[in-house]
This record gives sequence, structure tokens and C-alpha cells, in this order.
Amino acid sequence: MAGGVASGGSSSAETYKEARNFLLLPAWAVLVIFVLAPVMMMFVYSFLTKEFRGGVIWEFSFAAYDQFFCDRGLFGDEPCSFEWTYIGIFWRSIWQAGLATFFALLIGFPTAYFIATRPPHLRAIWVFLITIPYWVNLLIRTVSMKFLIRDTGPLNEFLLWVGIIESPLGIAYTNTAVQLGLFYSYLPFMVLPIYAAVERYNFALSEAAADLYASKWTTLRLVLLPAVKPGVIAGCILVFVPSLGSFLAPDLLGGARNFMIGSLIDEQFRGSAGNWPFGAAASMILLSMVLLLLMIFARQQSKAEGRG
Amino acid sequence: MKRRNDIKHYTGFLPLTLLCLFILYTPLIVVMVYSFNESTSITTWGGFSLKWYVDVFTGPESAKFKQAAWNSFVIAIAAATTATIIATLAATAIIRGGRFKLRLPSLGLISLPLMVPEIVTAVALLIFYNFIGFSRGMMTILVAHIVFCIPFAYMPIAARMQGIEDTYEQAALDLYATRFEAFTKILLPLMLPGIISGYLLAFIISLDDFIITNFVKGAGVETLPTAIFGSVKQGIRPNIMAISTMLLAVSMLIVTLSYLISKTDKTK
Repeated sequence: MAGGVASGGSSSAETYKEARNFLLLPAWAVLVIFVLAPVMMMFVYSFLTKEFRGGVIWEFSFAAYDQFFCDRGLFGDEPCSFEWTYIGIFWRSIWQAGLATFFALLIGFPTAYFIATRPPHLRAIWVFLITIPYWVNLLIRTVSMKFLIRDTGPLNEFLLWVGIIESPLGIAYTNTAVQLGLFYSYLPFMVLPIYAAVERYNFALSEAAADLYASKWTTLRLVLLPAVKPGVIAGCILVFVPSLGSFLAPDLLGGARNFMIGSLIDEQFRGSAGNWPFGAAASMILLSMVLLLLMIFARQQSKAEGRG
Repeated sequence: MKRRNDIKHYTGFLPLTLLCLFILYTPLIVVMVYSFNESTSITTWGGFSLKWYVDVFTGPESAKFKQAAWNSFVIAIAAATTATIIATLAATAIIRGGRFKLRLPSLGLISLPLMVPEIVTAVALLIFYNFIGFSRGMMTILVAHIVFCIPFAYMPIAARMQGIEDTYEQAALDLYATRFEAFTKILLPLMLPGIISGYLLAFIISLDDFIITNFVKGAGVETLPTAIFGSVKQGIRPNIMAISTMLLAVSMLIVTLSYLISKTDKTK
């Protein structure tokens, strides 16, 4: 029932009932024409033939998906054997986004919990401190990270000066740098939903567990965690999804070997080397993965609410 | 009381929280500090100086950055204004329109730009513009920005409207106000804090966007983020750090403003 509270209270208010279709018209017009229609157009383009100077020829073709999944040898005339290049790039993106999510959870959960257990008037300030960096331009944050971790950058200078390391860490232009960038970019997204969940948590449950001689960590694992699970999953999704399709972190922090889906898609639309139908197909595959994930998440959430 | 605190307390969570804030802020602070560096080399500290800020306004790249900043602000103002109007109307229908079939689909549609990965939206819009034969430029950027600003404007506006009882409007209607008057004279003024914070969030989101803008901008049209990206590709120069610091300050100022406005809400 908890979910109903947010919309239930005022959804009976119907002061502007007669005008509602008219009021919704601009939003529908803009979003249907400039989001739904473009995504459908992208779907259509993924089945067209590529034009060599960028763009498409209007001839139906499976070539884009074929190129994605099939290796047909040097001259393209062999039977389809499995192509690993692009699956590999997708796999690396999933792995990178997954690691970034894992580390964000590791540090985001304690942070969210700590903030949610502060006195109410202090919570808003803590949350505000966590959200500020999110509103700072993502490009600037990524550039800042690049500046910080360069071999001659302040991080290495500092560590050398303290004497923890003998030579620069050399993390710039590696997978680690990309993970760090993703983790840093989306960390606030992990904290906020978990914070919201812990704030709603009834601490009497923890007290009951303590009365029954559960240790603190047992209580955390068996009582608190299951209760705030929807918030944890929401946080993970909010970090994982944008990480998966991110372009700036791999482009600025990674080297040539740290290609992710975003870079692959971007490349298809730059200059004459691009392949629009292939870029459209890769985007469709990414979009399908994300929507599938969101659907599973939505089902989980509604199940959790049904139980609660 | 003591015991309750005990139960909530986990050793090590405070240091991890501080670490979290440290990670979030260090890169930004480092760039801010180095933007005041006297030295031309970005690796060594040469003392405090404002020369890179002067360079941004008068240096060899200043014309490019001024044009880009102008484009960015014009687009952000136009996109935030349009998105806020669309979002306010939609919120009125969704929250004050009773129960109807299109309610959930409308909510889904409005949050769609948040669910679709940015790069996918970018590709889809590029293909769409190409298909209908729009030549790329300021207009194509503006339309794209309006689209992804709508959900950001919608959230605080809808949240605010939900918090306002409809009894005020009902009272106005009982006193022979027309619905239009009830809307403009009662609901809109009450919603103003939500509308302002929606507008400000949409404004920052537009000002900050890089990925979608980079796809749909025409050759030669730059916004601040795309201009910065272009420069960074040739290496991080100190003037870039000065621009970044200024943009950072603008974002922080606007978010703080939005936060303070939404705080006045609760003291109501």
C-alpha cells in the first residue's frame, strides 16, 4: 500500500477534469513526435542499407544485425560463425558498469544509512551535499577526474610525495580509470534511493532483533537489508543503466582498448567511416537490454509493495 | 534513548560517509584550485593568479567561448521555459484531472526520456532529423533539450501540486470564479515554488547536456560543453579549468537556489 500514498491522496481531485486532454496535448505532442517516433525511426533504420558517406539507402537489409552477430570471413561469403568483437564490447560494458555499481553500493549504502539515521533537520543538509556534485556538468566532472589521475596529476604527485608509491600508478587510460569515472559519475544515484528506503524503515524491527540476541551485523543482514532491498535495487539500476551506455568516461578516461557500447555507437555516426544502420542496430540492442532490466525491476518493486 | 542510538549506530559508517563526500568533491576542488594557477603548465603550481580567467574573456579562444556561452544560455532559457510550461499543464491534468485511462500512459511517456539511455535518444533524434530533412543547428538542439527537460521540470512541479489540497480551488469555484481564474489566481501562485525549482533544474540540465547536443548540433554550432569537449581533446589547458570553474559555480548557485526555494515549501 505504501506506493499508493504518493498518488492516491490527490488523484481524486478533479478540478480540471474537462480540460485534462487539452492540458496533456503539448506533452503528448512533443514526446510522441520527438521521442517515440525517433525511436521507431531508429528501429526502421537498423534494417536499411548503409550509405558510404554516412546515412542510409532505403533498401531492406539484415546487414547491420548480421554484422553484429556473424563473422563471415574476410570476403563476407562464408556461412555465419559467431562474431565476438561486438558481443565482447557489450560484455566489457556490462562488466565495467557492474563493477562501478558494486563499488558505488559498497560506499553508497553506509553513506545512505548514516544520513538516514541523523536527526531530521540535519538529513536535508547531508542529502544536499551528496546531490550537489550530480548537478555539476558531467563533462566537467569527467575532465576533473582525468586531470586528477593523470600520471603527472595531483593524485600521483601527492602519493609520490607521501612516499606510498615509488612511481606513478599509471591508472589513466585503463579499465580502472573508466570504472573510477563511472563510479564517480553516478555515486549520488546510489545514495538517494537507499537513503529514502532507510528513512522509511521501522527501527523497532532492529530493536526486536536485538532483544532476541541477534548481533548488530546479523540484524543488518537479516532484518534491515531485506526491508530496504527495493531501495538498494533502485540505486543499483540508477548507477548501472547510465554507466552501461556512457560515452564520456570511456572516451576521456579510457584508452583505445577500453571501448564501450557508447563509444561504439558514437563512432558509427562520426564522419565517413560510420555505418548508420549498424549504429541504429547497436542502439536498439542497448535499448532492449535497458528496457528489459527496467521491466524486471518494475515487477520486483510491485511484488515487494504487494508484500509490504 | 542511549540504547536506541546504539542499535542504529554502525562503526565505520561515518568514515565511509566522509570518504564518499571526499571522493565526490576532490576532483572538483582540485580543478578549482588549479584554475587559479599562475603557471602555464598544468602540472606545476606557480602561485595564485587570475590570468586564466582573463584569458577566457580576452585570450585567443575567447570569441569561440563567448559564442558558445551565448548559445548555451539562449538554449537553456528557451528550453527550460517551454519544458516548464508543458510540464505544468501536464501535471495539472495528471494530478487535478481525476482518474482516467490516459493517466498512467501519460506518466510513462513523461518519464520516457529518463529511461532511454542518453546516447540512444541522441542517435534516435539524429536519425529522425535526418529522415524529415531538418538541417542541424540551434533549432534541432533546442527541440532536443525541451524533450529531455520535461521530466526534470515535471518532478518538483507535480510534487508541489500533490501537496496542495484542492479545497482552495473549490472555495474559489464556489465563489463564482471561473476554472481559468481558479487556476491562474489560486493554483498557480500556490505552486510557484515548485514551478521555480522545476524551471531551475530544467535550466541546469539543458546547460549541462553534452551527449545529445553533440549528436544533433550542426557543424559550427557549439554550446559550452561541446566547445569544452573540443578543447579538452587537445589536452587540458588552464583556461578550460577556469571556464569549468565558472560553469561549476553557476550550477552550484542554481542548485542552492532551488534547494532554498523548495525548503520554504516545508515551512508553510
